[in-house]
Amino acid sequence: MLRISIAAVALAAFAIGAVSGAAADDKPLQPWERKENHVKPPKGSPLDYLVSGYWFRTPKTRALQDDDFENPAFLWVEQAESEWTTVDGKAGKSCSSCHDAVEKSMKGVSARYPVYSAKNKKMMAITHQVNYCRENYMKAKKWKWESDKMLGMTSLIGLQSRGMPVNVSIDGPAKKFFEAGEKFYHQRRGQFDLACVHCHQGNFGMYIRADFLSQGHSNGFPTYRLKWQKLGSLHRRFRGCNNNIRAVPYKRGSPEYTNLELYLAWRGQGLKVEAPSVRQ
Amino acid sequence: MSQTEVSGGVHRRSFLIAAGAGSAAFAAAQFAPGIALADKALTEQAIKKVIGDRKLIEGRVSIDGPEIAENGNTVPVGFEVESKMSGGDMVKAVHVFAEGNPRPEVANFWFSADSGAARGAFRMRMAKTQNLIAVAEMADGKVYMGKRLVKVTIGGCGG
Amino acid sequence: MSRPRVRVPRKIKKGDTVTIKTLIAHKMETGVRRNKKTGKLIPRKIINSFEAKIDGKTVFKAALHPAVSSNPYISFAISPKKSGKIDFVWTEDGGKTFTKSAKFTVA
Repeated sequence: MLRISIAAVALAAFAIGAVSGAAADDKPLQPWERKENHVKPPKGSPLDYLVSGYWFRTPKTRALQDDDFENPAFLWVEQAESEWTTVDGKAGKSCSSCHDAVEKSMKGVSARYPVYSAKNKKMMAITHQVNYCRENYMKAKKWKWESDKMLGMTSLIGLQSRGMPVNVSIDGPAKKFFEAGEKFYHQRRGQFDLACVHCHQGNFGMYIRADFLSQGHSNGFPTYRLKWQKLGSLHRRFRGCNNNIRAVPYKRGSPEYTNLELYLAWRGQGLKVEAPSVRQ
Repeated sequence: MSQTEVSGGVHRRSFLIAAGAGSAAFAAAQFAPGIALADKALTEQAIKKVIGDRKLIEGRVSIDGPEIAENGNTVPVGFEVESKMSGGDMVKAVHVFAEGNPRPEVANFWFSADSGAARGAFRMRMAKTQNLIAVAEMADGKVYMGKRLVKVTIGGCGG
Repeated sequence: MSRPRVRVPRKIKKGDTVTIKTLIAHKMETGVRRNKKTGKLIPRKIINSFEAKIDGKTVFKAALHPAVSSNPYISFAISPKKSGKIDFVWTEDGGKTFTKSAKFTVA
């Protein structure tokens, strides 16, 4: 009884509106309701169709993503392009010393991350991988998860997969991490007692205050958020979500968030990579 | 257990108020609490400071923004003045003001004989729903004005 | 991280008016935000002016106030009569400047 009343209050306070985005007969379809914007979900998906967060945004916001000049994330990408060939660390190497041209070597890489690393016995997001290279091969200092340099580099790498479908592996050694991520997604948490699934599976297309809830996919990250007025990581977004439901957030790069990243990537398996995207 | 009670004896009503207040704070994150916002009168003063006692004529200049901004921190705004931008029909400057920010001044733009058109675009912060005002100063001294209401809402997930 | 980006059409048809787009990475600290821990106001630091010159002559100028978003984007029009070079200058509070230039042909 107590549990029900808390959930009801939390939902009311968070104001998931009664107004549904679903089309009445006389209303034009919302962009995320249109079939041509739908992608077939992977086998076993709880969703009937996948639709990118892009289609939940206004035409003005979408226009900022459509043009690489209008998209401010490219300020960071340009910086990273020169960082790619800049020698750093005691080994006297740059990224390009091992990987040559980013356009070739990084093509499709972000689409399959996070991946299980047998060497490290853990799930690695692309950010972990960049720092692994910096520490072990370049003998350079780690970059902070949310630093401009790291966000620029992961955006530059993400850009090389733009338009390619998300395609992560969840079998074999990845399975146990995937299952942990799936559990996290369904676990109620925080004062509002909400799980990811409550907003992003059952209620996408509904109003949450004045915003439309999306399916909560990760294909656009890193993303330039109008609210942040800067580029930000997926794990920053997780922290924001957790804060909003008044749960204690985990650290960026933590195993919890990395497992969730894997599970989310699978939920969006088949969606096209949009990094670096623009969101509200 | 009563329906009106949340754990720890917090009354349902106060819980709702607290939750609402917390969310409202996200929207105003750019501005410290306690900073007063400008209003219509302050904006009129600011306009006067730029154009003096000249009369504002409505028309010729338009200001474009979203009807509802998706986030008040980055609102794309454009403006345009009807003008040939040659001979005697020249625009000297466009001044943009906002009625509901901590300060009414937003940006000022000056043009030249090589401008070709008196138009431009930029992105701005808006503390709340308010009028944007574009004031166009012509080379002949006349001053025109255009207005647009942009609604700023509180997003669902501050994040 | 203040390297600006500009988009200038390389070839401009004589008599045409074209749009120039500019972007610069900058926090645009408003001066009315408080440090969350200390409660003190964070001092204002914004790009307060922008100027575009064609072959040394000002073609467009802007003054920016704290209401302009971070990473300021400014677009405007030009209709140059002959080929030349366009120089862009952004000036920050305190006088530090950032520059960029581009060449174009008019035919």
